[in-house]
Amino acid sequence: MQSRPLRPIPGPVRGAISDAAAAGQAMLSFNLLIAVSLTYVAFLFAVAFAADRDAKRGRAGWVHSPLVYTLSLSIYCTAWTFYGAVGYAARSGMEFVTIYLGPTLVMVGWWWVLRRLVRIGRAQRITSIADLISSRFGKSRRLGVIVTLMAVASGTPYIALQLQSVTLSFGVFSGTGDDGDPYSMAVWVAVGLAIFTVLFGTRKLDANERHHGIVMAIAVESVVKLLALVAVGVFVVWGLAGGPAEVLDMIDDATLPEWDLRPGRWASLIFLSAAAFICLPRMFQVLVVENADERHLSVASWAFPTYLFLMSLFVMPIAVVGLNLMPEGANPDLFVLTLPLSQGQNGLATLSFLGGFSSATSMVIVATIALATMVSNHIVMPLWLAASGGEGPVRSGDVRSVIVLSRRLSIAGVLALGYFYYRISGGGSALAAIGLVSFTGAVQVLPALLGGIFWRGATRRGAAASLIVGFSLWVWTLFLPSFGMGAILPETVMQNGPFGIGWLRPEALFGIAGLDPLLHGMMWSLALNAAAFFVFSATSFPTPMERLQGAQFVDVYAHSAQSGAWLGSAATAEDLLIMSQRILGATQAQALFQAEAAAQGKGGYLPDVTQQFVQTLERELAGSVGAATAHAMIGQLTQGANVTVEDLMAVADEAAQILEYSNRLEAKSAEQARTARALQDANEKLTALSVQKDAFLSQISHELRTPMTSIRSFSEILRDEDMTATEKARYAGIIHAEALRLTRLLDDLLDLAVLENGQVQIYRQTGTLSDILDRAVTAAGVPRTKLKIERKRSREDIVLTTDLDRLAQVFINVITNAAKYCDAPDPVLRIVVRQGGSGHTVDFIDNGSGIPVVKQAMIFEKFSRLGGESREGGAGLGLAICREIMERLGGSITYLPGQGGGGFRVVLPASIALAAQ
Amino acid sequence: MGKKVLLVEDEPNIIEAISFILSRDGFTVHTHEDGMTVMDKLNVQTPDMIILDVMLPGRSGFDILRDLRADPRFETLPVLMLTARGQTHDRELALRLGANHFMTKPFSNSDIRDHVRETLAS
Repeated sequence: MQSRPLRPIPGPVRGAISDAAAAGQAMLSFNLLIAVSLTYVAFLFAVAFAADRDAKRGRAGWVHSPLVYTLSLSIYCTAWTFYGAVGYAARSGMEFVTIYLGPTLVMVGWWWVLRRLVRIGRAQRITSIADLISSRFGKSRRLGVIVTLMAVASGTPYIALQLQSVTLSFGVFSGTGDDGDPYSMAVWVAVGLAIFTVLFGTRKLDANERHHGIVMAIAVESVVKLLALVAVGVFVVWGLAGGPAEVLDMIDDATLPEWDLRPGRWASLIFLSAAAFICLPRMFQVLVVENADERHLSVASWAFPTYLFLMSLFVMPIAVVGLNLMPEGANPDLFVLTLPLSQGQNGLATLSFLGGFSSATSMVIVATIALATMVSNHIVMPLWLAASGGEGPVRSGDVRSVIVLSRRLSIAGVLALGYFYYRISGGGSALAAIGLVSFTGAVQVLPALLGGIFWRGATRRGAAASLIVGFSLWVWTLFLPSFGMGAILPETVMQNGPFGIGWLRPEALFGIAGLDPLLHGMMWSLALNAAAFFVFSATSFPTPMERLQGAQFVDVYAHSAQSGAWLGSAATAEDLLIMSQRILGATQAQALFQAEAAAQGKGGYLPDVTQQFVQTLERELAGSVGAATAHAMIGQLTQGANVTVEDLMAVADEAAQILEYSNRLEAKSAEQARTARALQDANEKLTALSVQKDAFLSQISHELRTPMTSIRSFSEILRDEDMTATEKARYAGIIHAEALRLTRLLDDLLDLAVLENGQVQIYRQTGTLSDILDRAVTAAGVPRTKLKIERKRSREDIVLTTDLDRLAQVFINVITNAAKYCDAPDPVLRIVVRQGGSGHTVDFIDNGSGIPVVKQAMIFEKFSRLGGESREGGAGLGLAICREIMERLGGSITYLPGQGGGGFRVVLPASIALAAQ
Repeated sequence: MGKKVLLVEDEPNIIEAISFILSRDGFTVHTHEDGMTVMDKLNVQTPDMIILDVMLPGRSGFDILRDLRADPRFETLPVLMLTARGQTHDRELALRLGANHFMTKPFSNSDIRDHVRETLAS
């Protein structure tokens, strides 16, 4: 075929058609055709929109039927098949059948390969063939890029071919001859297709790259093109030829060139179309990515061959009848259009046009989506992420919008490439030849693909070598020469090889000349491709990631459960609810489910598991467990998807992050607990202090008010009342005594305040202990009481250098207490001095009943009264002052229990007594 | 025979002052200094009114007041509370526990006299 290019209808022929049409007064208005096309496109929009909407609402049963799946596979039949098959048959006889036989054999005999692919695609959430290869070989980004580039290189000419056929078929109707600009028409076609594809291919981002609307639209288109071809066929057989018998006679009589079978070429072409059926990006898209249910394959395995059979049934009759009826030199590639037109069958011709239009548009749309997904995922997004500082796949809406934009630009880019290819190649002979060349390019993925899913030993290096070798050979032997002699490769290279190296000639590699160029290129590229794959795989070791992925792919059935329909049933909704409750908590999960159910117009807690709901839920869950985990969990439940190694790694990553976070939180909370404890302690202390302060103020108030009460009361009595002189003297005495008490109290308070604040001045003097005790005994007024003091003066001859007045104050206080509180009939106070290494002790022990144990701990606190009553006039500050003083002097004063009476021990540190030694 | 006033107070000079004032006004003043034994004293002899200090040795005036109000015999016995602590919550507590009046030390002699007169006038 590549040697028999599809040619534009020669001017004279076109004129003839126009004349014939004009004679019949039945030529279709070109504008009417445009209107019909636009209406048709609008209709497709409506179909796609309805399908999308219903899929979103979960009422997508009709979208997810095996029939739709089967029909969507018919994008295999492009405009090249629709128009070109007849031309092919007219030129090469039955050979055109090979193009249908390959896919038929795959569907019937190799469905198990497809099933494995579909299962893997589901389990691994594969979005494209580049993704599959990259994913299988340890998520290799480089492999993804290579496959993408190959797919774009081999796919672009094919898109150009579709643009050409649509433009050409418009040209047939425009009847304006060659003066019209076919390129401007092609531009509009390309732009229109880009808009349609963008609108339905990227309206929303689906992690699974499913496009329900588009699948539905191409299913409808496949029906249209089948109907169109069958209708033309029926018209030709029964309307023109007069019946099947006559047609068979005509076929027998026809003297077609190369009518004979060439087994080698047939086998090669069947193999090529079979391989292409699996490897073409657009076929992979509909076969694997858009597959809603694995079981659809079993329907498709008989239904799709039936479709192909119907598509091919009338090819030969149309070709033969066309050759007989149409003028000599008429382009057989356009018989499908020109035969009805020449017979004045405008309706039929329009239907035929729509059939061809459908073939072209559906192929372009799906191919563009598939290519754009690859370009976007494997080239644009990595670059963008790298450029944006390598923040990694963030999940913000920001990135989503970038992804959508990248998809759209990729779609526009792919179509622009197709258009420019169409322009550069001149839209002529080179383009027509590209069909099988393009197939051969796409098929270079086959060794890596099959090896990847069946052979654990396949490695990344093997795959890379396979792809690079195959791709390079394909470019050299088929792609570059396809532009035509001298177009890109200079003629000398074609004739003599580069730099005169004969064995590198593109069409006679390694000196093997004389072969059909297609067979030659296919043989070399695939053979060396496969060889490189095996050799490099066998000689390299897979990374752990590759091994894991390899196991997942090769043993996909062991790793994945039978996957049911993608969209689940109520049981799935229940599963989701159970899972969500575990993560979100029962109340929140139920509220979410109830709200969703209500939004869908349902009661209860189990909404339909629509895609939108699943996405909402995933987002909710992602907030709690992280996006990867949420996705994996939801995928597991809604799609029976197997959790991939990558998922697990992402989950582990997330878990690690969460763990670290919680560790930090824990550390933080431990710290917070400590802080809280400290705060609580502080608070308690403050409260205690405040209570103490309140108590202290309360005490002071009491201590001050009590003498004031007496003073005020008696002064009022003296002022107001008549009384005797004795009474007057007595009351004045009380007032005087209470005033002294007040003064003493104030002195003590000030003294204590100064001591406690540490503002006290220490006046160091030197003196003996004996002298200080003498002073204290005198000052305490002991001589005026019945208290007897017992001392051993010989032991008191210790020279001290300290604040002697303060020390005396302590002694006075202790002696005074003994004088006041010792309740023995003959009170005696023994003062015992002992010298020790760490200091001297001065014990004051009386023969009274002492201080009750319960009070011993309290006596040094402020306002604690030894006697428990205020009658003796002390405010309970004395011992508190003593304690403060001894602390300032570096010593201590403690209660000495178990002495048979009250006992206090004053410890003098060695330092202040040094002078004595 | 004047009405009987029981003064529960531990500060001797204050006892003397209050006793002097009220005696001059014709009341009979009995005094008691210990918080622990007040109720025993009341069981022997019921006064017409009690003047009760808050800070007493042994037992607080509030506890005594609570006991008084819990006893049907003394439910309506007029009680004048005296305190030297002078805090509002003492006043509130006293009134809540059923004191008829509350005075802060130092007090004015005439205030005490007037209050006792008023209380015992009926």
